[in-house]
Amino acid sequence: MTGENHALRILIADDSDSDRLILKTLMKRLGHQVRAAANGSEAVAIFADYQADIVLLDVLMPIMDGITAARKIKDMAGEEWVPVIFLTSLTDSSALARCLDAGGDDFLTKPYNKVIIQAKLGAFNRMRQMHQTLSQQRDLISERNRQLLEEQQLAKRVFDNIAHTGCLDADNIRSHVSPLSIFNGDILFACPRPAGGMHVLIGDFTGHGLPAAIGALPIAEIFYGMTSMGFSGSDVLREINDKSGRILPTGMFCCAAMIQADFQLNQLRIWNGGLPDGVLFRKGGGRDLVISRHLPLGVLNASRFDAAMDVFHTSAGDTLLMMTDGVLEAENEEAERFGEDRLKHALDVAPDAEAPIDTLLGAIRSFTGEQSGQDDLTLVSLEMVVASQFHEAAERLPQSALKGPAQWYCVYEVRDDTLAQFSPLPLLLHICMEVPGLRRKSADIYTLLSELYTNALEHGVLDLSSDLKTSPDGFSYYYSERERRLENVTGHFIRFALTHSTTLNGGQLTITCEDSGRGFDHGRQFAPESPVDSDSSEAKYSGRGLLLMQKLGHSLCYSEYGSRAEIVYDWALATKQPGVGHE
Amino acid sequence: MPIQTHRSDDRHTLTIRIEGRFDFSTHQAFRNAYEQKDPEVKEFIVDLSRTTYLDSSALGMLLLLRDYAGGDGARIELRNCNNDVRRILTISNFEQLFSIQ
Repeated sequence: MTGENHALRILIADDSDSDRLILKTLMKRLGHQVRAAANGSEAVAIFADYQADIVLLDVLMPIMDGITAARKIKDMAGEEWVPVIFLTSLTDSSALARCLDAGGDDFLTKPYNKVIIQAKLGAFNRMRQMHQTLSQQRDLISERNRQLLEEQQLAKRVFDNIAHTGCLDADNIRSHVSPLSIFNGDILFACPRPAGGMHVLIGDFTGHGLPAAIGALPIAEIFYGMTSMGFSGSDVLREINDKSGRILPTGMFCCAAMIQADFQLNQLRIWNGGLPDGVLFRKGGGRDLVISRHLPLGVLNASRFDAAMDVFHTSAGDTLLMMTDGVLEAENEEAERFGEDRLKHALDVAPDAEAPIDTLLGAIRSFTGEQSGQDDLTLVSLEMVVASQFHEAAERLPQSALKGPAQWYCVYEVRDDTLAQFSPLPLLLHICMEVPGLRRKSADIYTLLSELYTNALEHGVLDLSSDLKTSPDGFSYYYSERERRLENVTGHFIRFALTHSTTLNGGQLTITCEDSGRGFDHGRQFAPESPVDSDSSEAKYSGRGLLLMQKLGHSLCYSEYGSRAEIVYDWALATKQPGVGHE
Repeated sequence: MPIQTHRSDDRHTLTIRIEGRFDFSTHQAFRNAYEQKDPEVKEFIVDLSRTTYLDSSALGMLLLLRDYAGGDGARIELRNCNNDVRRILTISNFEQLFSIQ
């Protein structure tokens, strides 16, 4: 009760000199600061530069009455709340009520009672302080909210920059994404694969807001990074699951579906972990459901995670529709949910000519009513197309082929027991994939690196002869020897040197691989031009690595008795002809 | 398991499915999968739908299987390979030796 007794600034207006003096003296004795006026007009003038905390006004005054003055003072106070108490000798209740109707907050009846006055001032001061606190908090909240919206817009720009390389605008994809979807925890990415076809990832994080948006960022990076390097949908899923498991708190995970579309094989591979059933509309009629068979991403650890994708054989014109939970959870004004039955019904009665995604969106909109600007749902539809048509989209990748690192050289050497524990191949592939024009060739580059490494390790460092591989048991012996010798490697190295330079219409990658071994008889190994050499059964199960490298690269030569190999790989910017990629 | 096998109802066909990388590390498991000394098996199907990568040592293993199954008279089908895997098989002219679906 201490706070209410501190000095208040009080403004009194009363045309009766004696009443005014009595009140003023009383107030001063209570320890308050007082300014006094003889009418409403004077009171308004004083209020203009005297920031009164509480105003006491006589109702009936000459020049300007209390009621008019009260209105003016309230106007001048603006958002600040200044209690106005009317002073009156009136006693009938309707007159008193009129005082309050006119904007007064309370009244004091004459003659004054010191105890009542003191109590009322205290009460009004408490209310005034509470009002002040509320106003400050309201201002703080609205300022914070403004900052938050600004940050969200900024975050969305950052997010879009990371997710921008997508091909969601491809002709065969249609999608609906909530305006601020990343803060609903929804994600939708699409990326062409270097070997043709595309990946689409649609998902829904548990939880909303910032945590979901932050969780989505590494997923976008992994998805686009690995897809454009040529990794399969399962590989991408494994990596995303692993990363999500590590960065997300327990209880937060991502329901998602990964779609790998292959237009050449006419095949869809789909992994559904926790999203509603997807629907595959067959061109000739009929539908297949794409059921969730897996736990969401970020739940299981790597050893228990199952990245197997369901395979659907398709034909051009088949359309896949996938959606997040938001579709089933969309509510109408009566707080009913759209639900599975309505979903099924909407698709059942859909006219053939209409795209399923339009049918469904239409049904949801008419269910939720027109106020559905705040929807929280993501849908994507993907149409299977003739392979040659999609090449256009895949070939868009290398437009920036010459923008990335083009002229460079690097050496990487693996030594001693590291040879037994570590494969340098992913790292080397990664370096090569920094060249945008090489990304479409990731499978070739990986095969070249891998075959070179295998030869250097097995024939060079481990000194294993392919001659062992002439029988099934020889094969087994070869690989058990490999394991045994690998455990005891000392004083050895394998050194890769990669050089990249640009050419008129593309680039050239030179890979040399040297090892510390004694070399091997590469000349004899070149022999099997036909897959099976019918003349001699000798060495027929081996030597195919060299053949592969010869055919993929533009030249392959061995030197230093086989302990140094050099491959030159030329690549060219894609031309507009369809069918690029079938060499 | 990276390698799974399945026998058809009439027991004549053995399907071997390889998951992930098909390279030297799967050698023993792959060999165990087909060397069952069961005369009833007349046809092999190698399901590559879940095979992400195949290297030259896997080519050698496929040839081992071919010889096991009777060489030129062997009935072996390689199924559902992805683009990268198919390319390696094509470059190595394996379509002359195997039926590649």
